[in-house]
Amino acid sequence: MKVLVAKPGLDGHDRGAKVVAQALRDAGVEVVYTGLKRTPEEIVSEAIQEDVDVVGLSVLSGAHVPLARRVLEGLRARGADDVRVVVGGIVPPADVDALRAIGVARVFPMGTPLPDIVKAFQGGELA
Amino acid sequence: MRDVILHAGIPVKPVYGPEDLAGRDVERDLGRPGEYPFTRGIHPGMYRDRLWTMRQYIGFGTPAETNARFKYLMAHGQDALNVAFDLPTQLGLDSDDPRAEGEVGRVGMAIDTLADMEEAFAGIPLDRVSVSLTINGMAAPITAMYYAVAERQGAARDRVVTTPQNDILKEFIARGTWIYPVEPSLRLVGDLIAYSARRYPRSNPVSVCGYHIREAGCTTAQEMAYGLAIAAAYIEMMVARGMDVDDFAPRVSFNFTCWGKIFEEVAKFRAGRRLYARMLRERFGARNPRSWMFRTLIGGGGSAFTVQEPENNIVRGAYIALAAALSGAQTMALPTYDEAYTIPSAKAQLIALRTMQICAEESGAADTVDPLGGSYFVEALTNEMEARILEELAAVERMGGIVEAVRTGAVQAEVARQAYRFELQVASGAIPKVAVNCHAGDRPAEADREVVLHGFDPAVAATQLAKLARVRRERDGTAVDAALGRLRDEARGPGNLMEPLVEAVKTYATLGEICQAMKDVFGEHKEPVKF
Repeated sequence: MKVLVAKPGLDGHDRGAKVVAQALRDAGVEVVYTGLKRTPEEIVSEAIQEDVDVVGLSVLSGAHVPLARRVLEGLRARGADDVRVVVGGIVPPADVDALRAIGVARVFPMGTPLPDIVKAFQGGELA
Repeated sequence: MRDVILHAGIPVKPVYGPEDLAGRDVERDLGRPGEYPFTRGIHPGMYRDRLWTMRQYIGFGTPAETNARFKYLMAHGQDALNVAFDLPTQLGLDSDDPRAEGEVGRVGMAIDTLADMEEAFAGIPLDRVSVSLTINGMAAPITAMYYAVAERQGAARDRVVTTPQNDILKEFIARGTWIYPVEPSLRLVGDLIAYSARRYPRSNPVSVCGYHIREAGCTTAQEMAYGLAIAAAYIEMMVARGMDVDDFAPRVSFNFTCWGKIFEEVAKFRAGRRLYARMLRERFGARNPRSWMFRTLIGGGGSAFTVQEPENNIVRGAYIALAAALSGAQTMALPTYDEAYTIPSAKAQLIALRTMQICAEESGAADTVDPLGGSYFVEALTNEMEARILEELAAVERMGGIVEAVRTGAVQAEVARQAYRFELQVASGAIPKVAVNCHAGDRPAEADREVVLHGFDPAVAATQLAKLARVRRERDGTAVDAALGRLRDEARGPGNLMEPLVEAVKTYATLGEICQAMKDVFGEHKEPVKF
């Protein structure tokens, strides 16, 4: 499995993204991390170019719904709707449902234990 | 017997005694409070003379909304402000920039022009209230706006006390609001320090932060070491620019976090004060005792708080406040119990303020100076922490110094490595978190749906955009263009950019226009991504 870990938008908090990236790498997942302040359009291009299975978006500013929507729309527009999108960050419970409704495959809100995140990538549900 | 290892990697013995201080020159290591090397505190009487300043971090939505929250907390005894700006403001983007969509007013207040800054501080006398500005990449123009507002209020320059964070090196390491490449970013830091030292003698034009680096994952010893290394880099730069160290060092201040084990935190600050005093006196040759003083905000660490059973965070906050008081903080701020969920509610902010007030007024922690001084454990731990901080400083030197380590991404990679190590220890239970990995039943609780979330009003962005459009319409466009032209020209040369920045903000040039004018000359930072 290959995963793009991406930080869309303006938020500069990358601890979570880098921790998850390291945990997935240690679990044998191929991980690409592209750094801060990527636009949704850049993330879509990087996902297609790197031919990843999953895009993991990390957002702590609260702008997760519009950012995830733009990534999903971008993937669809470029015929890459087989790429699954997951979101982690400060996502309040009500927004978990909103993200699932627009097509996000899994949401890892704040407080999700690290092993649970790794398991989701290993368990086949994202494969 | 179980092992105890502190975040800095120091093992803790079950008991300490005089043998743990054998061979140490206690007089030399400690001195008296208010005297070199200030291990016990920077003032002789500490809180008996003056309590720490209470300064909660506040800002959301429009300047008018933030102004109302400022006044609410001041009415309840908060004596100073710490302003949060939204991300577009921190990154020099106007509210109508496409990249700002969804971010306007979200994690702080939106500032586009001087008109917003005037509204944010309306009715708040800037010659009497001290104000921290959590702004870095855009510290120079935002502080220029602040000075302009103070001037229009008629505040005397020597009565204006403001602390722009202005610490770009830690932004490259941890917080991410960098804009320009490292060199021009450092130049702007220096321009603001030099200008403020001359014009606003009571301003604190840089607040060196270990806080965000620790929150991003590094250890306690690394937090202090990186903070000291960053401070040294700025001091070296100002001396190289021709300033005498005593002309600016008395106004250098710090911002550190505090969470986890109380005695480790206390030892970190006691060791840090001692190391900073020695560095300023011995390495930089400062003669003014005020230059030797490590003056710090201690802001409780939000990373200590949990999503599970959020009310428990109120209790964690009380321990953090106690640790900060025992550490000798000049200023204190606490995260709010709902911080893992949302922009703090007014109630949560009041509880955080009340926590600090109870610690100050009721607990007895403020009754005598450095109450833990002389404890076998705390003195031995202070010595051990000093040794670990020196080791981490040597590691920074091996990376080529802090500026080079930032440029290559080596220090960022080390912080990420430590963050991962920490999370593995939480996952294994080696680092206990109540209601998360211990006393939690089969698995930790889900997020609490009862926490009241900050209501993001979609009208905020619309209000801000309408105001920006009005300001653009009503200002003198020719004056704006001339001021931006001058800023661009001066940026190409070696001069101090504060004068042209002050002139530009007074024409109501937008922050986005000002940021872009400098971007035209400086270019943009490219992040060295390593993990």
